[in-house]
Amino acid sequence: MNPIFERGPSLRLRLFIVTLLSLGLMVVDRYTDSSTQLRSYLTTAVSPLIYIASLPQVVLTGASEQFMSHQRLLAENEQLRERLLRQSGTLQRLEFLQQENNKLRELLGSAPVAEGQRLVAEVMAVYSHPFSHQIVLNRGSNDGVTEFQPLIDDLGVLGQVVSVGPTSSRALLITDTTHAMSLRIERTGVSVIAEGLGQWDRIRLVHLPHSIDIQQGDRLVTSGLDGRFPEGYPVARVSRIQRDLSQPFLQVQAEPFAQLDRIRYVLLLWPQQDASNEGGSD
Amino acid sequence: MQQTKGIGVIYLSLVLALVLMVMPMPAMVKLFRPDWALLVLLYWVLALPFRANIGTAFVIGFLVDVLVGTVLGVNALAYSVVAFVMAANHQKIRNFSVLQQSLLIGLLLAFYHLMIFWLSHFLTGVYFLPDYLWPVLTGTLVWPWLFWLLRRVRRQFKVR
Repeated sequence: MNPIFERGPSLRLRLFIVTLLSLGLMVVDRYTDSSTQLRSYLTTAVSPLIYIASLPQVVLTGASEQFMSHQRLLAENEQLRERLLRQSGTLQRLEFLQQENNKLRELLGSAPVAEGQRLVAEVMAVYSHPFSHQIVLNRGSNDGVTEFQPLIDDLGVLGQVVSVGPTSSRALLITDTTHAMSLRIERTGVSVIAEGLGQWDRIRLVHLPHSIDIQQGDRLVTSGLDGRFPEGYPVARVSRIQRDLSQPFLQVQAEPFAQLDRIRYVLLLWPQQDASNEGGSD
Repeated sequence: MQQTKGIGVIYLSLVLALVLMVMPMPAMVKLFRPDWALLVLLYWVLALPFRANIGTAFVIGFLVDVLVGTVLGVNALAYSVVAFVMAANHQKIRNFSVLQQSLLIGLLLAFYHLMIFWLSHFLTGVYFLPDYLWPVLTGTLVWPWLFWLLRRVRRQFKVR
């Protein structure tokens, strides 16, 4: 056999060069703002791979829908129709309430809450690494998606868009370790900050004093104070409270309403227009 | 002068491994997913260190960063370091039995995962869970089969 590393630099030199390159990349990605743009180009470049990877799942769901029995389809159809009827009933009432609310707001002299635009997007890929909870959506700037836009599903808030390509975008989920948001305890109206822990089924409430009024099972909704998420959407339910007086703060964990590990479709929200020009701080 | 042959097979297998790494799966199964790209890369480094070594590892690691969503450069660095260990000792490791090789791969995988954790902890402040180490075990168990499969592929296509 021929001697192996005759051509090119030695192994150690290669490792040294590569280490420097990687460290440079990490610094650029973590500590500068240009990385968002770079990331979205890269995501677009590798999106064929993601398409190929999601192909088996698409084919399987397609096939299972093909072979679903007539009977079951009919039953499902009936169920859905019933649900639609029930929901349009509540919707009529909601419209009435909204009108009333807006009138009352006018009387008080405060701005009425505008109903934002919505768009359904399909999840192309779920980033599988435990250190990064992100999803790729099949909508991009061509559909009007912008950065920092909130997304929800039928149960609660999922996360926010962090980088946008022309036909796809990436969203950070609320359970990611780098994500934090402002919430309100629905029962008492106290504002709290929630951080992701890198686990699918829990988030953590930080900096709560021991004297705070909080109970197991309390619903947490968005407060609208962070300027990203519109007010009043359900996020999580308090699942565990640990009163340890030796700790400076109360240890509270909450379980998100949205089933973050099995998302297929999400709803993108466009909040009120004036909120968009003050977003941008991280 | 050695003739480069079947270099496409190497890249094809690496791309397939990358696809396997991002294939959507239930969260429960995902926890146990072996690091396919790293395993395939390690095989090629072991078998043909003059075709695939640190440069290849860097590129594949970088692609994993982009695909998986970790901070850019974390996987690139970890892949390169593991590939360096493999390339520097490839003649010893080749002579090991399959069992010994598997154990060694397990060690390398554990090293890889700890390195990823340290870097991510330093960069984004993640918390450690013992669950993160499941891929080490599955990777160790998968190695003998992958080794056998890729050796067959290499001989079939006469990759050199």
